[in-house]
Amino acid sequence: MRKLLLQNLLQSPLTIPPPPPSEAALTELAAKINRATQRRLGRSLSIRQVDAGSCNGCELEIHALNNAFYDLERFGFHIVASPRHADVLLVTGPVTVNMKEALERTYAATPDPKWVVAVGDCGRDGGVFAGSYACVGGISAVIPVDLHIPGCPPTPMQLLQGLLALLQAQESR
Amino acid sequence: MMSAASLRTMLDDGQPVTKHHPWPRVIVTAELWNALLDGLASSDWTMLGLWGEIGMAHLALYEDSSETIIVASLSCPDGRFPSVGRIHSPAQRLERTMADLIGLQPIGAPDYRPWLDHGCWPVRHPLGAATAPTGMRSPYRFLPAEGESLHQIPVGPVHAGIIEPGHFRFTANGETVVRLEQRLGYVHKGIESLLSGATIDQAARWLGRVSGDSTVAYALAFVRAVEAATKTVVPDRAHWLRALMAELERLANHCGDIGAICNDAAFALMLAHCAVLREKILRASAECFGHRLLMDCIVPGGVIADLSVDGVKTVRALMAELRRDFPPLVELYDNTASLQDRTVNTGFVRPALIKQFGCGGTIGRAGGRAFDARRWPGYPPYDQLTFETPLLTDSDVNARVWLRIHEVQQSLHLIEQILQQLPMGPVYMELNRPGQICEGMALIEGFRGDILVWLRLNADNTVARCHPRDPSWFQWPLLEAAIENNIVADFPICNKSFNGSYSGHDL
Ligand code: SF4
Repeated sequence: MRKLLLQNLLQSPLTIPPPPPSEAALTELAAKINRATQRRLGRSLSIRQVDAGSCNGCELEIHALNNAFYDLERFGFHIVASPRHADVLLVTGPVTVNMKEALERTYAATPDPKWVVAVGDCGRDGGVFAGSYACVGGISAVIPVDLHIPGCPPTPMQLLQGLLALLQAQESR
Repeated sequence: MMSAASLRTMLDDGQPVTKHHPWPRVIVTAELWNALLDGLASSDWTMLGLWGEIGMAHLALYEDSSETIIVASLSCPDGRFPSVGRIHSPAQRLERTMADLIGLQPIGAPDYRPWLDHGCWPVRHPLGAATAPTGMRSPYRFLPAEGESLHQIPVGPVHAGIIEPGHFRFTANGETVVRLEQRLGYVHKGIESLLSGATIDQAARWLGRVSGDSTVAYALAFVRAVEAATKTVVPDRAHWLRALMAELERLANHCGDIGAICNDAAFALMLAHCAVLREKILRASAECFGHRLLMDCIVPGGVIADLSVDGVKTVRALMAELRRDFPPLVELYDNTASLQDRTVNTGFVRPALIKQFGCGGTIGRAGGRAFDARRWPGYPPYDQLTFETPLLTDSDVNARVWLRIHEVQQSLHLIEQILQQLPMGPVYMELNRPGQICEGMALIEGFRGDILVWLRLNADNTVARCHPRDPSWFQWPLLEAAIENNIVADFPICNKSFNGSYSGHDL
């Protein structure tokens, strides 16, 4: 029974989806990221996500990067569980005062070379929470940031575009 | 058990506050406050919330038998009030928060440790006297656990995944968890302080970001509290569109959770499929209302945009897809014994504890507590829709998965009804300006459980004080109980089956 079900499910177009045909932009992005990633880092780039006080909206969209539509891993991006394995820190939130130390320590634990991507309007300057006694306001107030991806929250497409921009910025340095 | 009318009768002795809607608020004496606490310990009352402001503590109570909600307020000019947590443990963390944020001291409280204040803020009692911090912060004292061959495992605040931060201190005997102690507050953003003095529109944006996954439910709770306070009657169609958004949010989150729970049992296939369903829901939401998570789409007075004819088609198509694609996943879960081997009997929470904590949402309803704010106290248009409140009693991870499955089915049914019966007309109405201080309150069923928002508006329609209470307040403590005697390796799946909000709790 289960085998049958599994077979059915595996045969459905959901399981091995090509980028949906309506999404020319995504396909175009895919090609670009592939070329740029490969030039710079061979085939893979490890990402560690750090929530520095987000409302969890940004996390939801970062999660979505792993679904079959965006399938982040096909570009060579891989989300890892430890900063020690990471090339990129993907940081969200307005950096709450209570998370500042944890963020600094996570950054320190990430081996060089490393890049920091600040995700969301909160990550840029504290967003709607800027000015609160409990927020430092913006990732770059705590650790050096290489790229900001705006949005509240940024869509998965914007996140993909941002990761690509990071690579291009590194190339031109 | 007390008699059915007892809560109301008891509060007859208090002094009612006018301009508090839709449920009464009464000022009580210390004597009556203490009597209420005794009642809380011995009757069918549930604590819906406990919050404060300078010189006053507020306790929201719900009596099941008479379906009554009442807020009791105790004036405490010296900043001290008789502890609720002393008698009713669900109040403990809320009281520690009141002490941190406002400086209100719960007298006789069993736990005086700070909760949200980690000793780093540039200010003490930010919602109270807001003084400069003094002295060195002492390290947080975790509760001792003593015994032979016990060891501790500290986890977090930064976790190994795309997840919010919080600290978990496990004390284990070999593989088995003897005690879990949580330490939260890492994502405290000071939202309540931001809200004080804000315009209603500004406040709505913050409320939509208390917990991003529940942005619709929070926005709805806030606007309903505002509309209750200002006695604004919003057009019918707005109610229906709000419900549509709320059900889309519930669907998206439940689909995501079902997949994520199974993934924590290393059954990635389910996650892959559920994530696709979730993505389709978010895309349809964006198509209809312009934002994938529907942030800022519910506004005070109505909704930001009407649903077009094309929007109706989009949602209809989405429903057809979900009706086709969801049942095979349910069957897959049902037929995968190895998966159920991980979920059945794992993370059991005693139903008595669920009742005591007034724990709502999937955790509550998977453990025998039927409360669903859509049904009671209820709000439009749910009174015109037919739906069931699924109820299970096993109270384990498996029950929480099934409950979500049943609720997905109910939400599909609800959305179809909404599309069929959607009334025509405007979707927005200018808010009334009462020109005097007024208070409002709302209880809304989010995907995680009942969200309470209480607020007081100034005469110029700005927010004087607003308190949002996340369902997680009464769920996080139960996770500590659920993991006891489970193996450490089962923590992720238990945690995911709860899916408490860190941001909603930490505020
Ligand atoms: S940018 Fe927006 S979605 Fe992201 S954490 Fe901030 S408020 Fe939440």
